[in-house]
Amino acid sequence: MAPQSDIHARGHAGPLAWFRSGEPMIWLNAAAVSVCVVAVLGLILLLAVRGFGHFWPRNVMAATSSYQGQQKALLGEVVEQVQVSGEQLSEAGITLQGPGPFYGRSLVKQGNRDYLGNDFVWVLNEQMSVPAWPEDVMVVERLEWGNFYGVLQSVSAGGETLADASEPQQLWQAFQGLIADTLVVRRQIQQIERGDIGAINHRMERLRLRERSLQLDGELDASAQAQLAAERAELDAEYRMLQGQLQGLYQSIGDASYSARLADGRVVELPIAKVVRAFQPNAMGLWQKCAMYLEKLWEFLSDEPREANTEGGIFPAMFGTVMMVLLMSIMVTPFGVVAAVYLREYARQGFVTRTIRVAVNNLAGVPSIVYGVFGLGFFVYFVGGELDQLFFPEALPSPTFGTPGLMWASLTLALLTLPVVIVATEEGLARIPKSIREGSLALGATRAETLWRVVLPMASPAMMTGLILAVARAAGEVAPLMLVGVVKLAPSLPVDGNYPFLHLDQKFMHLGFHIYDVGFQSPNVEAARPLVYATALLLVILIALLNLAAVYLRNHLRERYKSLEN
Amino acid sequence: MEHHAIDIQALRRGSLKPEQGTPPTSLAVNQLNLFYNDSQALYDINLEIPRQRVTAFIGPSGCGKSSLLRCINRMNDLVDGCRVQGELLLEGEDIYHPRVDVASLRRRVGMVFQKPNPFPKSIYENVAYGLRIQGINKKRVLDEVVEKSLRAAALWDEVKDRLHESALGMSGGQQQRLVIARTIAVEPEVLLLDEPASALDPISTLKIEELIYELKSRYTIVIVTHNMQQAARVSDMTAFMYMGKLVEVDTTDNLFTNPAKKQTEDYITGRYG
Repeated sequence: MAPQSDIHARGHAGPLAWFRSGEPMIWLNAAAVSVCVVAVLGLILLLAVRGFGHFWPRNVMAATSSYQGQQKALLGEVVEQVQVSGEQLSEAGITLQGPGPFYGRSLVKQGNRDYLGNDFVWVLNEQMSVPAWPEDVMVVERLEWGNFYGVLQSVSAGGETLADASEPQQLWQAFQGLIADTLVVRRQIQQIERGDIGAINHRMERLRLRERSLQLDGELDASAQAQLAAERAELDAEYRMLQGQLQGLYQSIGDASYSARLADGRVVELPIAKVVRAFQPNAMGLWQKCAMYLEKLWEFLSDEPREANTEGGIFPAMFGTVMMVLLMSIMVTPFGVVAAVYLREYARQGFVTRTIRVAVNNLAGVPSIVYGVFGLGFFVYFVGGELDQLFFPEALPSPTFGTPGLMWASLTLALLTLPVVIVATEEGLARIPKSIREGSLALGATRAETLWRVVLPMASPAMMTGLILAVARAAGEVAPLMLVGVVKLAPSLPVDGNYPFLHLDQKFMHLGFHIYDVGFQSPNVEAARPLVYATALLLVILIALLNLAAVYLRNHLRERYKSLEN
Repeated sequence: MEHHAIDIQALRRGSLKPEQGTPPTSLAVNQLNLFYNDSQALYDINLEIPRQRVTAFIGPSGCGKSSLLRCINRMNDLVDGCRVQGELLLEGEDIYHPRVDVASLRRRVGMVFQKPNPFPKSIYENVAYGLRIQGINKKRVLDEVVEKSLRAAALWDEVKDRLHESALGMSGGQQQRLVIARTIAVEPEVLLLDEPASALDPISTLKIEELIYELKSRYTIVIVTHNMQQAARVSDMTAFMYMGKLVEVDTTDNLFTNPAKKQTEDYITGRYG
């Protein structure tokens, strides 16, 4: 009787009983998880919309703005719309006509920085005429001076006009044809400048270093000098030949030009050699726009930056980030694993070991900039300086390794992430059942054989976990890198076709620093802002991909080495 | 105690041929004392373990029977603060002599543990492990030894089609037999079994016991067990231990039917323990 009534008492319960049942706790936990998920998704969505929206070819508006009797023609993309309070505008000394407390204001990207000074202007909507969307307006992306907005008038090459505005269809085709031709030539030029001349410069430099080292060793006699001179003459001849080729190529595209009418009626003539692409967004259909969008997105992912990083792509930064993370992983994993093995397997578990363990854990909490300072002082100046003295005396006084570079950046980050790897590996080693080790020892294996053949493979998933955490931390780290090797614009990738192919001494670009540079050091804030979002999203995606790769590897290992559960 | 008593017992069962002419003692324990830091775990153990016989250690939990077993292949070396006094002779050589190589000793004295502990490798690699440690990597040799060992452990027919699958997918009883196969693959002289069937179901236990019976013609077997029926079923000699001391050792028949000591009688009749 008694127990039954107890059950009934629980059945129709008041709020107190509901609280005691643990239900609210479940709801609380679920709510916390939801908040986290929403926050992460929201962040990614914001980055995606703000960043990747930038590459959409927006329609170009033509309108006039009139203020206090002055008329001004506008041609450009509406990038942003905001509401501003009238009070604020009045205080700024603007006479307002409209009634409302709030006034719409548009940010118009009018481009043409070479003619108008600013490529972005704010215009009050009430001062703007009804916008038109003329089909013949074109957008030209250029290597210099940002975008050009205008109406194409004529194209000419070799001093004669190929087509003019009387036949718009033909004119546009001729323009696109010339752009395509120029693009091909520009690729060739780039190939020669970067590839062939780069290689010659590299060999020249090595020749100079050889001469200098012979000189330092006192072995620079007449025969050596003659040989060096002969090689140098050979290189010079090659260089002159390439120079001649280049000149020809430059000339072949130098005389093509197009003329276009600006919004204010001026007609200007511009070189086609500086055009990246031209399109008429108002005349494009949805599919054409989609194709254009993908083309621009691909350019962003695969190209080099232009115009102080506000145009073009971010490929070198991505490459640098991945390269650095890989090098960091290669350096940190053996170190961390060896240290963890010693601490867990060989060291006597006493006061000293405990102290070391606490110290290692605390290292993980040291601010990253401190590692940067350490890296600069110890790796770059001390170790790098010594290396230069020992192995590269011929290059001095210009440093080889005694200057920030890829190797020191990777090493600094390896140091930064070392505690994570040590802790994770130690935990993995501690989880391996004693019986497995005993099983191996009982078969006549030594401790080292047991460690190598059984224990380490079984601990490999834990090592991977450590590496995942290390990669996650290292890939996003910027502060220490600014001291030990990252630059805003690297002249070449750290991997190329010149011996020794991987240039550990070179400075490199990094997505995190790229965000900082584009966001805060850029001369053109409005143009750079979408790129900040896009780069940030890319950094997030890149870290996620690196992590996923490691997680995949870990799960694979875990499956293989899962220890006895029973 | 007296060797001839064993021989007589064995002769009666027809399992020992005296004309083999080999000294019947494989392992001799002389005045063995074992300490864990300051506490003593074994007191003055004197014992002789006959070759190619099954010797069982019985006794209540914590009586030191596992500690004694682990002395025989120096597994206790791994325990911090463990100290051994006295002599333990394997074929007349003191295994605690400082010049003894522990790894090669353990190759001669194999051990099977309470819980099956296969490595997270394939069945084949588990059995081949001991040989690979010795640097034997020839496929032909390994194949042969793996098959021979698995057959000896009565496991071959069950696993011959999945030699390269993970050993962790086997049942507990199969895993334990795999561990036995792995141990005999390195051809030890002595097999130490530390409660090998205590984590297994009755049928698997039976198979392990049959296997022990098969193996004793080739190996000296020492088994620690909680289960007195098991000791009675599989062993030729039984040693009863209590509180770190060896109370009584005799042929299994004698010990179970006619124990000399009161303590032994109390234990085997279930009065304590």
